[in-house]
Amino acid sequence: MQLEYIGAFDVVLGVLARFWPVWIALVVVMGASFAYKKRLGLYGQLFDSAVGIAGVGICLFWLFTAIFASTVAPFNPLAQVAIMKDALPGAVEPQSGLVYLFGGDKLARDVFSRMVYGSQIVLIIAPAATGFALMVGITLGLPAGYYGGKIDTVLSFLANLVLAFPVILLFYLLVTPGIMDTPIPYAMAGLFFLFPIVFFSVLFWTRYKKRPDRLYILLGLTLIIGGWVYAGLVFDADPFRIIHIDPNQLNIFVAVVFASSPGVFRIVRGLVMDIKTRDYVAAAQTRGESPWYIMLWEILPNARGPLIVDACLRIGYTTILLGTLGYFGLGLAPESPDWGTAIKDASRLLRSFIHPALPPTIALMSFVLGLNLLADSLREQSMKD
Amino acid sequence: MNEAVRNPAEPIIEIENLSISFFTRKGEIPAVMDFSCTVMPGEAMGIVGESGCGKSTVSLGIMRDLSNIGKIVGGRIKFQGKDMGELSEEELRAIRGNKIAMIYQEPMASLNPAMKVGQQLMEVPLIHDKVSKEEAYKRALEMVRSVRLPDPERMMRSFPHQLSGGQQQRIVIAMALLSKPALLLLDEPTTALDVTVEAGIVDLVKGLGEKFGTSMIFVSHNLGLILETCDRITVMYSGEAVETGKIKDVFDRMRHPYTQGLFRSIPLPGADKNSRPLISIPGQLPLPHERPKGCNFGPRCHHFVEGVCNAAEIPMIAVEGHEGHFSRCVRFNEIDWEALPPGAKKVNERIEPGAPVLKIEDLRKYYKVGGSEVFGSSGGRVVKANETISFMARESETVAIVGESGCGKSTLAKVLLGLETASSGSVTLGNKQIESTSVEKRSVETVSSIQMVFQNPFDTLNPSHTVGSQIIRTLEKFNVGKTVADRRKRMLELLDLVKLPRAFETRKPRQLSGGQKQRIGVARAFAGDAKVVVADEPVSALDVSVQAAVTELLMDIQRKNKTTMLFISHDLSVVRYIADRVVVMYLGYIVEQGTTDQIFSPPYHPYTEALLSAIPIADTSVIKKHIVLEGDIPSAMNPPTGCPFQTRCGYKKLVPDNLCETQVPPVKNLGDGHMSLCWLADDVLAKMEPVIKFDKEHAAHEGVPDDAPQGAAGPGFAGAPPKRPRGKRPKLTDG
Amino acid sequence: MLSFILRRLGTMALTMLCLTLVVFFLINLDPNLKKLAISQTEMHTSAEQLESWLVNHGYRQNFFSRYAQWLGIAPKQPVINPETGEPTKRFSFCNDPVVPTFSGVLQGDFGCSTKFKTTVASKLFPALGATGILMFWVLVVMVPISLLIGILAGMREGTRTDRTLSVASIASTATPEYVSGVIFTVIFASWLGWLNGSAASASRGITFYNFTLPVMTLAIYGIGYIARMTRASMVEVMTQQYIRTARLKGLSFGSVVVKHALRNALIAPFTVIMLQFPWLLTGVVIVEVMFRYQGFGYTLVEAAGNNDIDLLLGCSLVSVFIVLITQLISDVGYAFLNPRIRVQ
Repeated sequence: MQLEYIGAFDVVLGVLARFWPVWIALVVVMGASFAYKKRLGLYGQLFDSAVGIAGVGICLFWLFTAIFASTVAPFNPLAQVAIMKDALPGAVEPQSGLVYLFGGDKLARDVFSRMVYGSQIVLIIAPAATGFALMVGITLGLPAGYYGGKIDTVLSFLANLVLAFPVILLFYLLVTPGIMDTPIPYAMAGLFFLFPIVFFSVLFWTRYKKRPDRLYILLGLTLIIGGWVYAGLVFDADPFRIIHIDPNQLNIFVAVVFASSPGVFRIVRGLVMDIKTRDYVAAAQTRGESPWYIMLWEILPNARGPLIVDACLRIGYTTILLGTLGYFGLGLAPESPDWGTAIKDASRLLRSFIHPALPPTIALMSFVLGLNLLADSLREQSMKD
Repeated sequence: MNEAVRNPAEPIIEIENLSISFFTRKGEIPAVMDFSCTVMPGEAMGIVGESGCGKSTVSLGIMRDLSNIGKIVGGRIKFQGKDMGELSEEELRAIRGNKIAMIYQEPMASLNPAMKVGQQLMEVPLIHDKVSKEEAYKRALEMVRSVRLPDPERMMRSFPHQLSGGQQQRIVIAMALLSKPALLLLDEPTTALDVTVEAGIVDLVKGLGEKFGTSMIFVSHNLGLILETCDRITVMYSGEAVETGKIKDVFDRMRHPYTQGLFRSIPLPGADKNSRPLISIPGQLPLPHERPKGCNFGPRCHHFVEGVCNAAEIPMIAVEGHEGHFSRCVRFNEIDWEALPPGAKKVNERIEPGAPVLKIEDLRKYYKVGGSEVFGSSGGRVVKANETISFMARESETVAIVGESGCGKSTLAKVLLGLETASSGSVTLGNKQIESTSVEKRSVETVSSIQMVFQNPFDTLNPSHTVGSQIIRTLEKFNVGKTVADRRKRMLELLDLVKLPRAFETRKPRQLSGGQKQRIGVARAFAGDAKVVVADEPVSALDVSVQAAVTELLMDIQRKNKTTMLFISHDLSVVRYIADRVVVMYLGYIVEQGTTDQIFSPPYHPYTEALLSAIPIADTSVIKKHIVLEGDIPSAMNPPTGCPFQTRCGYKKLVPDNLCETQVPPVKNLGDGHMSLCWLADDVLAKMEPVIKFDKEHAAHEGVPDDAPQGAAGPGFAGAPPKRPRGKRPKLTDG
Repeated sequence: MLSFILRRLGTMALTMLCLTLVVFFLINLDPNLKKLAISQTEMHTSAEQLESWLVNHGYRQNFFSRYAQWLGIAPKQPVINPETGEPTKRFSFCNDPVVPTFSGVLQGDFGCSTKFKTTVASKLFPALGATGILMFWVLVVMVPISLLIGILAGMREGTRTDRTLSVASIASTATPEYVSGVIFTVIFASWLGWLNGSAASASRGITFYNFTLPVMTLAIYGIGYIARMTRASMVEVMTQQYIRTARLKGLSFGSVVVKHALRNALIAPFTVIMLQFPWLLTGVVIVEVMFRYQGFGYTLVEAAGNNDIDLLLGCSLVSVFIVLITQLISDVGYAFLNPRIRVQ
């Protein structure tokens, strides 16, 4: 049977049209941000430069794509329609009459839909893993930088140990199917996911020790929410069955957190060593504040600028890492629509077909570019203060 | 080379109505407006003003080095008759570093860290005179000699970081003078240096300026320094020159209210915290884009008249009877220059100190440095930061701790506040021994009863929290108030106490000026009714006009609360004004202590004498004994043997048996609790003359209130007639 | 200085020891050993047979004693042939000792590759050589280009040149090797046909045709990163007062940049270039797999994919060594370039 095709111009129009919910959301958010930029602090200042606007725009584009993926994508990312195998862009799927806008891959799946759904995987894992890495890095970096001495020596040694591992080797060792039979990923998850709970408990404890009314509410909330998420993620025992993570995703998650927390640790440690020489830290000491209060409430807020910039870059870097994992077929399921896996599948067949390779590569590149532009612009703006 | 001896009538540089603006995204910000000045050959012009008044911009404008956002928007700069504005980039380069040279504040930052000193020096003759390398080396070496640096050959081979701050600045001066420039621009050249080192540099610059016949423009915030170095002065305020004239005219018969305000707010000899307190200028410098119409100083001036002062832009108006004396004030002929501003004349009762509150006995603090972290510390060295410190402070007393960098005053403060623990000795606060209890282990009561005011206003408040929440947190820590509302009420009271509007509660520190931040720092220190407040150079980073206000505030609260204050400072002028008793420290030792009168009059410890002589005083009637110390302060890592001061002491030869170099001197009681750490015999001490004297002929100037002390009224001044003409110094010799 | 280097070498040895122990532990996890046994025996072997294969090849000895043997601080024990009861070689294709001898990494014996059926050394070192050539060309391309871009951009902050170059370098840091590799292949191999999309033939002889794509792909990611670091460093140096001193001495802009700014501005990028090696290592793996170049990265993937224990250990050792030695060079070089550090 002969496939029908639509023209290149129609493909472009079709793609733009498919993204309609994304465009609407973008216009609303960007318009509102632009109108109220004076009141939005650092985020508002991003709208002062072209680079900043581009960064925010690209990041929001992919965020909304992930949110509205089911509306944007015309097909199920895993559905195989045999006739569409290796179909060129613009091929019309005969049954539904919908178009394979970017063609079909070697398993006859819609490349466009896979790209759209791939954004979901990246946008969930990359920011979440970066968040946990931040928690771990901050919680360990603060005492290392503040106390110095033996604690610093030991923690820095451990951090350097992890950093000395070439990333690829680390993933070959940590993200294999075999390791999921051992308790190692769960033990690591158990350890890493403890950090946010500890972090917030200490945060509230040091601040509101003398105001029990607030302290108990905040601590209670931290422990309930934290414990709930913890149970769901580590033991897969969420009583409400809302929080759940696949074992292989948990494995990837843990490995990514493990690989990127030493970087955060180093940055935090350096910032703390700088900030702790300030007079306001000495002032806090002379009024008898506890070390953890000083670290969390006097030092950390003043380190937020560089940390936000680093977080943006790190989300981008984690995206690249996830792609690498997909490219080597580590951890994620072989049929998973994520960009790295798609690039791997397509790059093997570059000699015959190039169309399945380009959408995921460009998607990944543009998202990371957006994050980098955002980080660069944030850095510029925060320097001006 | 530039012949310095040109037609003496022709000015070296003529600046006519210069205006400079910076163009930022917020629009044009005028930094300098309508600035004119003329410098004749061999003349030194001082430009004085507070931060943000545009004085540095003027000097960079002369160099035409205004970065890419600064532009000269009006006026002309004529250098040796040529209009600088018409010069091409290449002609400009031929002038820079050759005919005009510049020296600025941070000597370390001015030198390339990766290049040897010699190479950096040799560059100058290599560029401008196109000489051979050997010749350039020879000239550079000769110049290093004439800035009186020890071991010039070694200096040439050193990297900048291997030299001390004073040596670095000498190198920068050598670099500037290498091409024998016709004009030397000095932008706060000594601000980053210690006082005794500063004295040496000032001496050197003056001497070399005379030797080479160089004209100078000396930019500074320090009126005393200008008096010692310059022939004429221009006072700047908010981008404009407000008064200009000969030093003597402007100092003794100022004709602009701002200039007078400046003089009234600095602690000149004669000011006294009880009988004649400082008078601060109200308000603060307007932001560049919020300058008022008419007189910029109008809103802060108590001679302001609506419709006169803010009617139109005010030109420089000549002052009759004084050659070259101009003022940017329309009312200077109508103003009664003797009158004090309304409400300023208050006399405080002298407060008798009470029982001892803080007693420090034989305190020592040693640090271990070096050694490896990983393999245990071995072979580390011991730095003796504090050595046998003993003194006492009583209720409502102000004890000043004076010394230069590395003298151990900050370490002492740290030990008192429990940020460090003492190595030996004792510190008794009230009746508690606190020397070995670190701040975390101290009771709330102890912690709140000894508090600190920090030096740097930009660092003293946490930029992330609001002012109100920072004070409330302190109250919470000190168990003041039971409920949140209680503490908030108390916090507002504290804001009232430091004379800040209650609206500041919700402000972030970056919305506050330096002086306002320092007030919050004071409020915080007194939040828990502290018995002892350690003030570590609380005003030294503030502008002159704000300094007085903060100093007075600090003393008012102290007076009211009967607080004991330890006032740490390097500035003896402020110390003389504020302190009841003085402790002089050098390299970890207390070298002299006594009442303010005892310290400021002979017999002195040789270091105190040098320190007194080094402080620039902005009073034309003062004659100082001229003592310039050789060399720099030794490093605490590598202290000299024997007396800590022996390496720089001029009296060493008067002590027999080389005692100074071998043994630490005993503490000598000179009577009435006046202690000195010195080997000098009583007869030598008895022969010492006062360092600062009043010249009676000049003592009566206009503009100084009639109740100002004349002659020996101030502590430690002798009214003996002058022995030599004012301003003349022994000629410098080369090498 | 000497004591500094010695101390660093000590820390380095300790780090290597810890890392190899971790790698050794992870590789020898039970599931991994099972996988190895399955791949090394015939299809459909029973669990007992697998277990006996592991025992026979010495994989069931005590973990620490095996680690010590691999390291060479305990004598390597020959395995006992269960049929004859005599000590025999572990693998027929390697020269494993038949009497207990000290023969570990410290003695230069890296063990036996089960996948390639040869000694690790004979597989690993040629691969390293091949990768060395690749790295050399990458550095030759990457370092000058990135420094030039960085300096040109940072020299005059905020100009059009600066902004263009900055955005270009940001874009290049957003392009990982597997993305740029695909795009370059599409453009230069599939569409234009100028270059070869495979570097397999490069093992026999490097040509512009077969080697440009891997070098380009590998360099592009690093160029952006180093250029941005250089730019930041240059911008910072250009605002320093000593640059103003130099300018006000009457030096021309060119001499200010060359004589005063460059040396100070290059200190930071030097460290960055050195610390790029761990990054490059990942890139090497991707590029070698993508372009089928038989180098170190290719070997590493093969070893990991087939659970080739000794080969993977060898690869880890080499890569960790490279990372640590570059860190050392970076520290020593930093001290050398920066006179302020050198004296202390």
